[in-house]
Amino acid sequence: MSVQVRIPTPLQKLTNHQEEVLVQADTINGLIEALEKNHPGIKERICDEKGQVRRFVNIFLNDEDIRFLEKEKTTVKDGDVVSIIPAIAGGSFSGTASPSEGLLRRIAGQS
Amino acid sequence: MIPRQPPGKKRGGLGANSCKIRGEETCKRPLLDASRRGRFFYMEEALSLRAERSNDNEKIMSFMKGLKCRECGKTYPKEAIYVCEYCFGSLEVDYDYDAIKKNISREQIEDGPQSIWRYRALLPIDGEPTAGLYTGFTPLVKAATLAKTLGVKELYIKDDTVCHPTFSFKDRVVSVALSRAKELGFDTVACASTGNLANSVAAHAAKNGFQRYIFIPHDLEYAKILASLVYNPNLIAVKGNYDDVNRLCSEIAGKYRWAFVNVNIRPYYAEGSKTFGYEVAEQLGWQTPQHLVCPAASGSLLTKIWKAFKEFYQLGLIKEVKSKLYCAQAEGCSPIAEAIQNKSDAIRPVKPKTIAKSLAIGNPADGYYAKDAVFESGGTAAKAADDEIREAIKLLARTEGIFTETAGGVTLACTIKLIESGVIPKDESVVVAITGNGLKTQGAIRDSVGEPVMIEPSIKSFESILKEKESKMTPAK
Repeated sequence: MSVQVRIPTPLQKLTNHQEEVLVQADTINGLIEALEKNHPGIKERICDEKGQVRRFVNIFLNDEDIRFLEKEKTTVKDGDVVSIIPAIAGGSFSGTASPSEGLLRRIAGQS
Repeated sequence: MIPRQPPGKKRGGLGANSCKIRGEETCKRPLLDASRRGRFFYMEEALSLRAERSNDNEKIMSFMKGLKCRECGKTYPKEAIYVCEYCFGSLEVDYDYDAIKKNISREQIEDGPQSIWRYRALLPIDGEPTAGLYTGFTPLVKAATLAKTLGVKELYIKDDTVCHPTFSFKDRVVSVALSRAKELGFDTVACASTGNLANSVAAHAAKNGFQRYIFIPHDLEYAKILASLVYNPNLIAVKGNYDDVNRLCSEIAGKYRWAFVNVNIRPYYAEGSKTFGYEVAEQLGWQTPQHLVCPAASGSLLTKIWKAFKEFYQLGLIKEVKSKLYCAQAEGCSPIAEAIQNKSDAIRPVKPKTIAKSLAIGNPADGYYAKDAVFESGGTAAKAADDEIREAIKLLARTEGIFTETAGGVTLACTIKLIESGVIPKDESVVVAITGNGLKTQGAIRDSVGEPVMIEPSIKSFESILKEKESKMTPAK
C-alpha cells in the first residue's frame, strides 16, 4: 500500500527537506517503522520509549485524528494521506506541510 | 474543618495575623470571610512594604533555573520559547526547589504584600515584579447562605471577581507575563483571548508602557470589547472562533518579535495561575479544601491549582494535599470534561457553542494536564447547560452578593450537580472558583433578571404598587 505522509517542518531535516514522502504500509505502526527505515531518527521524535505516539504529536489519517480511530493500529490503504502535526503550532514550527482547512481546525492551540 | 489562624510565632510585637505598615501594627489580615473593606488600605500597604524592602536593600533572588519539557524533560534556557524542539511537548519553568525551601516560610509569605507577589519566590521572574502590583489576594468568602441553600456544611467562594484591576483571574497570569516580558526585553505584548485576557493585557500593558496587540474572536460580548478598547490597544477581531484566533497568533508569534503572553511567554504566564491555589491554601489556614471545583477553558488554571497545592506540600508549607479537583465546563464546549467522564486518554476537539464565551476553547492546550490533575486528585468533571449557567449566576448573586460572569455560572452549576449527585459529600469542605466579574457578560442574563417596577414620583403611586406587588414579590432570602 502506498501512503502519502506529510512531514512537519521541524522533522524535514530528517527527510532531506521533503514535505511529503511516500511509504509502503498497512497500519500507522507499519508506517512509522517504514519512515524510520527510510529516515533514521524520525521514530524517536514521533514516538516515546514505549513506541506510542507522543502526546503532543498528532497524526491524522486523511482528516481524522488516529486517537479516535484505532490509534497506532489504524489501518491505512492506497491513496490515503497521513499528516504528522505537532499539537502546539506556531513559532518556528508554524510551517507544517500545508495541512488542509479541515485539519487546521483541529490543530491544538493555547489559550 | 475549622477555619483557623495559621500557626506562627509572634515576632517582635508583630502578630502572625497582622500587617506591618510603616513600622506600626495597624491592620488585621483578612483570612476567612475575607471582607472587601479597606482594599485601598491594602494597596497602600503593599506599596509601603515594597518601599520598606527596597530601603532595606533586601535582595530578591531568582529561583528559576530554566525551562523544561513537560513531556521528555529536555532542558532549555529561560527565554521566550514554549515548545520542545525534540518531542513537541510544552515547556514549563524549572525551579530550584531546594533553594526555595530555604527561603520560604508561612511567616515570610504572611508578611508579604496583599497581592499575588507575596508568593514571589514561586513565580518565574528574575528581579522585582513590575506589572500588576495590586493584583490578587482575593477574598475567600465563607458562603453561609449559599451553603444552607445547597444543604452543605462548608462552602467557600474564591472570589476573583474583585481585587483585580480588570476583574478576572487573568490579571494573575498577565502580571507575571508582563513582568517577565519586560525582563526579556520586549517592547510589544500581544495575546489571543476570549475576552478577559484581552482586558487584562490591554490594561497592564498600558500601565507598563508596552505596545499592545490584542486578538479576539469577532463575536465577543460587547462589554469585553469595550473594556479592552478603553485602554487604547490595537484590538483585532478575527473572523473565526477562539481556536482560529489562537492558530493565527501562533503564526504571528513566529514572525514578529512580540511577547505573546499565551504563546511564547506561556511557560511564565501560566505560572501566575498557581497563585489562585496558594491563596486558597493560605486563606484556609494553610490547608487545602476537601473539594475544589474549577472552570476549564484551556485547562491551565485547574492544572496550576493542583501544582500549587503540591508545591506547598513539597515545601512543607502544608501537611497534606487532600483535595479532589473537579473540572467544570459548559455543555456546549466540554472537551476536557468529556474526556474525564469517559476516562479517555485523548481529548477530542469540539466546535464551541455556549453562552460561556470565556470558556469557549474547543481545542484546549492544557487539556491533557487538566485531565491528569483531576484523575490524580480523585475528582471528576461536570457539565452545565446554558439555562443552568444563568440560574447559577442569579443564585450566587442573591445568596452571596457576588455577581459572576458566565464562567462562574458554569462552575457553580457544576458544583450543584456534583453535590446533588452525591459526588461531593454534603459534610465536607468545598471551594468554588469564581474567576470573573458579571458586569462583563450582562447580555447572557439580560432576559432572565426581570424589570424594575415603574412608579410615579408620589407616595400614592408607590403604595399602590406595594399593595399590588406584595403578594407576588418573592421575599428576599
